[in-house]
Amino acid sequence: MSTAATETTPQDDVAVPDDVLVDVRGLKVHFPIKRGVFFDRTVGHVYAVDGMDMQIKRGETYGLVGESGCGKSTFGRALLRLEEPTEGTVLFDGVDVASLKGETLRRKRQDMQMVFQDPLSSLDPRQTVESLLLEGMQAHGLAKDGKAATARLRELLSAVGLPPAALRKYPHEFSGGQRQRIGIARALSVNPQLIVADEPVSALDVSVQAQVVNLLEELQEEFSLTYLVVAHDLAVVRHISDRVGVMYLGALVEEADADDLYAMPLHPYTRALMSAVPVPDPTTEDRRERIILAGDLPSPANPPTGCRFHTRCPWKQEERCDTERPQLRTIELEGVPGTHRVACHFAEQIQRGEIQPHEVDVSFVEQVDAQPDDATPVTVEPGAP
Amino acid sequence: MTATTTRTSRDARTSREPLLQVRDLSVTFRRSGEEPFHAVSGVSFDVQPGQTVGLVGESGCGKSVTSLAIMGLLPKRGNTVTGEAVFEGTDLLKLSPKQMRDRRGRDVAMIFQDPLSSLNPVVPIGRQVTEVMERHQGLSRKEAEPKARELLDKVGIPDPSRRLKEYPHQLSGGMRQRALIAMALACAPRLLIADEPTTALDVTIQAQILTLLKDLVQDSDTALIMITHDLGVVAGLCDEVNVLYGGRIVERADRHDLFARPRHPYTHGLLASIPRLDSARGERLNPVPGSVADNLPWDHACAFAPRCSNAVEACRTTQPELERIEGGVETPRLLRCHNPISEEA
Ligand SMILES: Nc1ncnc2c1ncn2[C@@H]1O[C@H](COP(=O)(O)OP(=O)(O)OP(=O)(O)O)[C@@H](O)[C@H]1O
Ligand SMILES: Nc1ncnc2c1ncn2[C@@H]1O[C@H](COP(=O)(O)OP(=O)(O)O)[C@@H](O)[C@H]1O
Ligand code: SF4
Ligand code: SF4
Ligand SMILES: [Mg+2]
Ligand SMILES: [Mg+2]
Repeated sequence: MSTAATETTPQDDVAVPDDVLVDVRGLKVHFPIKRGVFFDRTVGHVYAVDGMDMQIKRGETYGLVGESGCGKSTFGRALLRLEEPTEGTVLFDGVDVASLKGETLRRKRQDMQMVFQDPLSSLDPRQTVESLLLEGMQAHGLAKDGKAATARLRELLSAVGLPPAALRKYPHEFSGGQRQRIGIARALSVNPQLIVADEPVSALDVSVQAQVVNLLEELQEEFSLTYLVVAHDLAVVRHISDRVGVMYLGALVEEADADDLYAMPLHPYTRALMSAVPVPDPTTEDRRERIILAGDLPSPANPPTGCRFHTRCPWKQEERCDTERPQLRTIELEGVPGTHRVACHFAEQIQRGEIQPHEVDVSFVEQVDAQPDDATPVTVEPGAP
Repeated sequence: MTATTTRTSRDARTSREPLLQVRDLSVTFRRSGEEPFHAVSGVSFDVQPGQTVGLVGESGCGKSVTSLAIMGLLPKRGNTVTGEAVFEGTDLLKLSPKQMRDRRGRDVAMIFQDPLSSLNPVVPIGRQVTEVMERHQGLSRKEAEPKARELLDKVGIPDPSRRLKEYPHQLSGGMRQRALIAMALACAPRLLIADEPTTALDVTIQAQILTLLKDLVQDSDTALIMITHDLGVVAGLCDEVNVLYGGRIVERADRHDLFARPRHPYTHGLLASIPRLDSARGERLNPVPGSVADNLPWDHACAFAPRCSNAVEACRTTQPELERIEGGVETPRLLRCHNPISEEA
């Protein structure tokens, strides 16, 4: 506690290796649940992100999977500081994102761009593609010279596989896949280092998804991009990612190189998730042993104690599971590399078959989440409590 | 090739009278000042008792319109429905709205993608289940209530006595879908139509619901029409699969034949374009180029021609017919294509 600097950024003493672009420590984003006539009474919190620790390396694709409501999007938004963290830090290229203000924040944002799930609602319908693309470039002083800007626009369009004639059209004149290409071109227009893609293909037709997946891969190579891809489709995430993190109720439960994770899932939740994905092969489908999880995802406003998965875990033990929250850790097991981390007290015993799965009593999960069309008068505001 | 020497159990089943025969079903939407739009054209298929038939295809290919037409649930104005949907000897398309209402929920029931919009938000779910039984089985509310509790229990809703009194918004998406399935099953219908019943659900919940549907079909001999865009769901669930493109069936086969040897270039393209959890990583995906926006009208062409890597000259001048082809092991195979993918591929 000798200087003010160490007080505000206590993590500074931990060295971040050079190849790390994004370094996240103990990140939490809690949303207050407000109730009452003027919604001035905070009656609880939604623990949307609740203790994320992870790093994204330069040039890699990090895939984040998990079920709806587990906090994937909130986490992605918090990285770009579109959401104020309640606790924890995000270092982008060595700089604490929370310390950025005004002009410096704006300039840093140029390096971090977002691609959204629904391309139509994320593109202003009244702007032509040309003005949509120029907007970001102008904001970051990249379109000063008209000739250079025109050349850049053509370059962008050809990079995402759209004809030059697309410039004069409006978003609604395109198909879903083409709109997603426009969204990607817009993100690219300011030469970012990191692109956070939130469900980039889930709104698209199956046959078109592959086009966009391939495009993202080509662009990464061409422009040395780093990706955080947030998605619920495990097959897509596995295909596109170098490393994968599995999220459950606000935090990672497992993280590994994509191939390692799918070859040997260690966390009970990851196992269940992977066994639940239907595979387009009848022979495999008929033979598969499914782990059918009982019950629903608990509410992030009221997460279970201890291991957050213990209410649904078929391997849950009497000791520790409901009292002690497991941390992400590496484990000593034949064939499990040091890059494979898992947050389960009993990962070794489960993997070695010393603990067998058992029946789980289904408990009913009350829906207390704030939904706009809920009958209960609840509103939730973003921001730290 | 048509006659098989050894009769399998499937043959025995197909020799039964079909429960539903859809014949040449077409639905055309008309809006003043616009060209009529053929959402569904010449769709025919049979559903046997206890069979699960899949309708699969991308958004807009006519899956929902097909099922809504069978159920008599299309908007009253602005569309023309032709063809037949013969359910146990009665053409459902010729029934009056009142007669159709009587059938719906009793003989034929439907579950939708979005359970919230098909449940009444201001009526407790237990009451919604008992209402179906009161209406169709003439039970009193008192008689229906224990049955409703039993049903909620059967579809896996925990603590059913308490849940009977809850409103839809108090249930999660998965529980709502279960409640809807309970309602659909209330009168033990012989045919259930499920339109993307798990698309809005998470994958672990989807696995629960699919297991539930599979068990129900097996235990009660209910026939199921499964509508989905997810080829994985089809692979695990359907006996027979119909692939739709641009409002027409382009390929039909037993699920094993279809996935092992897709013959239509579109089916083949779909399978090549999806990343799979159980195959080697790192291979590039092979997308179908373009989108449905590029379709040609079926009248004088194959709608898929602009996107098809197998297209030949005839594809842009002549509509291919849906024809019987060699190779179906148990179910006859049908294909609509001038230049199919070779059997070895
Ligand atoms: N009431 C309507 N008026 C005009 N066109 C309609 C109407 N309902 C559906 N259509 C059109 O009919 C076609 C088929 O619709 P349908 O809803 O069956 O598609 P789908 O295959 O089920 O798609 P999705 O997977 O998106 O639900 C679409 O092009 C749709 O726009
Ligand atoms: N602005 C907000 N205010 C309150 N709660 C929110 C807000 N945004 C998200 N949440 C809640 O946080 C949780 C995680 O949300 P999100 O990150 O969007 O999930 P997903 O993994 O589906 O993308 C959910 O329970 C959601 O309802
Ligand atoms: S810590 Fe316990 S409850 Fe959590 S995943 Fe491991 S075994 Fe299951
Ligand atoms: S008919 Fe021609 S265009 Fe259509 S799927 Fe067959 S080969 Fe392709
Ligand atoms: Mg999201
Ligand atoms: Mg539909």
